[in-house]
Amino acid sequence: MAAPSSASTPWLPKLVVAPSFVLAFFFIYGLIAWNGYLSVSASRLLPNYDFVGLRQYGLLLESDRFHVALTNMAIFGSLFIAGSMGIGLLLAILLDQKIRAEGVLRTVYLYPMAISFIVTGTAWKWILNPGLGLEHLMRQWGFADFTFGWLIDPDKAIYCIALAGVWQSAGFVMALFLAGLRGIDDSIIKAAQVDGASLPRIYLRIIIPSLRPVFFSTLMVVSHLAIKAFDLVIALTAGGPGYATDLPATFMYAMSFSRGQIGLGAASATVMLAAVAAIVVPYLYSELRTRK
Amino acid sequence: MSTTFPTPARMTVAALLALGSLAAHAGEVEVLHWWTSGGEAKAAAELKAMLQKKGDTWKDFAVAGGGGDAAMTVLKSRVVSGNAPTAAQIKGPALQEWAAEGVLANMDDVAKAENWDALLPKVVSNVMKYEGHYIAVPVNVHRVNWLWANPAAFKKAGAKVPTSWDEFFVAAEQLKKAGIIPLAHGGQNWQDFTTFEDVVLGVGGADFYQKAMVQRDQAALTSPTMEKVLAAFKKVHSYTDKNAPGRDWNLATAMVIKGEAGMQLMGDWAKGEFAAAGKVPGKDYVCAAAPGSAKAFTFNIDSFAMFKVKDAANQKAQKDLAAAIMSTEFQQTFNLLKGSIPVRLGMDMAKFDDCAKLSSKDFVASNKGGTLVPSIAHGMAAPPAVAGAMQDAVSQYWNSDSMTVKEAMAAIANAAKAN
Repeated sequence: MAAPSSASTPWLPKLVVAPSFVLAFFFIYGLIAWNGYLSVSASRLLPNYDFVGLRQYGLLLESDRFHVALTNMAIFGSLFIAGSMGIGLLLAILLDQKIRAEGVLRTVYLYPMAISFIVTGTAWKWILNPGLGLEHLMRQWGFADFTFGWLIDPDKAIYCIALAGVWQSAGFVMALFLAGLRGIDDSIIKAAQVDGASLPRIYLRIIIPSLRPVFFSTLMVVSHLAIKAFDLVIALTAGGPGYATDLPATFMYAMSFSRGQIGLGAASATVMLAAVAAIVVPYLYSELRTRK
Repeated sequence: MSTTFPTPARMTVAALLALGSLAAHAGEVEVLHWWTSGGEAKAAAELKAMLQKKGDTWKDFAVAGGGGDAAMTVLKSRVVSGNAPTAAQIKGPALQEWAAEGVLANMDDVAKAENWDALLPKVVSNVMKYEGHYIAVPVNVHRVNWLWANPAAFKKAGAKVPTSWDEFFVAAEQLKKAGIIPLAHGGQNWQDFTTFEDVVLGVGGADFYQKAMVQRDQAALTSPTMEKVLAAFKKVHSYTDKNAPGRDWNLATAMVIKGEAGMQLMGDWAKGEFAAAGKVPGKDYVCAAAPGSAKAFTFNIDSFAMFKVKDAANQKAQKDLAAAIMSTEFQQTFNLLKGSIPVRLGMDMAKFDDCAKLSSKDFVASNKGGTLVPSIAHGMAAPPAVAGAMQDAVSQYWNSDSMTVKEAMAAIANAAKAN
């Protein structure tokens, strides 16, 4: 779409874009650079600009707590992404069967997304607490030996966080996939049916492969939710028991703001940025290249 | 970032502030605190009233939430942008860290005029000083090594309130047999650490506590005494209920109030919960020193750090504030409302309840006996970074089924080296 007046006032578009460009440049890239510098400084309670090289990164590598946080990130991230995409896709396919009251069901599944992670976390904290929630309920119903103590088990608590996260996001993923499914040309499916393909085969070979672009954008949305997960952990376990459910984001917050270790916090933030970049940059690269 | 704030922005901020205080030609104090609930809020209002009587303006700067974390974040941004409040609620070795940044004001003249050196125990005044100069004013003393017990539960179990850790385990066993949760615990890492601190003090004694937690002497941290402490600490865990993880301390106190649990190890702020439930000390609940620490006292002192302010009238107001905080009237009213005891020695305790009287008596006695020690779980004994690292290790051990005493000892000793 060509703007008719662009020839007469060539500076206007640039001028209009300039403020947001400057703001983005300063408050995103400027602050990333500042954080990068803090991570090689001796900052403790307040920012301090004495250069100490990679000492903060050395401390970070030695920190057991950071190792726990990274392991948790891997467990939570893979379960959360796989879980919400798998369940979201399944729900979308089921809803796509031209069923009755689809609108109502769609809203029901999408509702969790309208709630903030803090609420989700608090609700699941009560549901999973052995003395209040599920275990208590089952025992009252007469299953005296029923136990479900994942939330209080340092080795399993991280799965509870993944569970709550999937519950929250699966409906949203469903909506994205559903939109994708509706965009597929009916005639292809009809043609396949004429050729005698079974329904599972149509889904596996035709429909799901043609969802590829939706699949990628969903992956982007869900993986960034996973990496920035913070409020869910704070509400559900506050990083506990002990620090068994710490994630890099909660680690960074604890170090920078409670412990007076701004340098260490900045180093962990840089590591997080590098991890995100490792995922996003190849994707962006491939996307931009195919557009050409 | 904010250090490079362009000057016009700073000037605007200054101009706005000036506009806000046009009405007040006398000095103004802006006090950052997080006393926003119940008795604490009333206590803060008391301070405000006292300053207004002296003709100073009080500008409230309360930031609630996160046990002060939220307030600290706000404070940092204010200080970095060159716009520090008059005073802020900061305590323990964190005071030294702030002083080292060169942003705190020297309060020596007020201290001399009011004779603080004689009014405060030396252990306390040392915390308030940086390189020999007063930079902060103490408000109150909380005792951390308290054991709260429900006498009805103990009667039902036929147990007696323990005075040593051996007795504790006997009583806990009896309570368990009677179907009562022996120890109400909230499984948050600071509560785990509070319990740990009580065990260190009770099993190892005040000297050992001093060496291991305050000086963080590696030999003490890896000694056989430490091994005994860790074994006992782990045993305490078996007398808590399994729903403890994540529970808030006041919910644990409620369990003792209702008689679901027999005991709780918690500082004297727990008293507020009992009082709010209409319980009477000595009759409905018992306050006793944590097992094995009757002669010792772990203190948690709230204090206000005094920041450098420019305006002369405001400097005077700041000094008024410092003097007001240490005055007998304020120390009495405030601590009656807050449930703690006055930090100022030689005060009349007639209006206080029995628990506070006991606390005050032990405060004085332990000061004389050299068993007055700072609480590490409440940021009094070590800088936040070190205390935090040790808290992580302790909490990990408390919650883990597989970690051995030796491993825990190595982890804690290693954390104590953190810097």
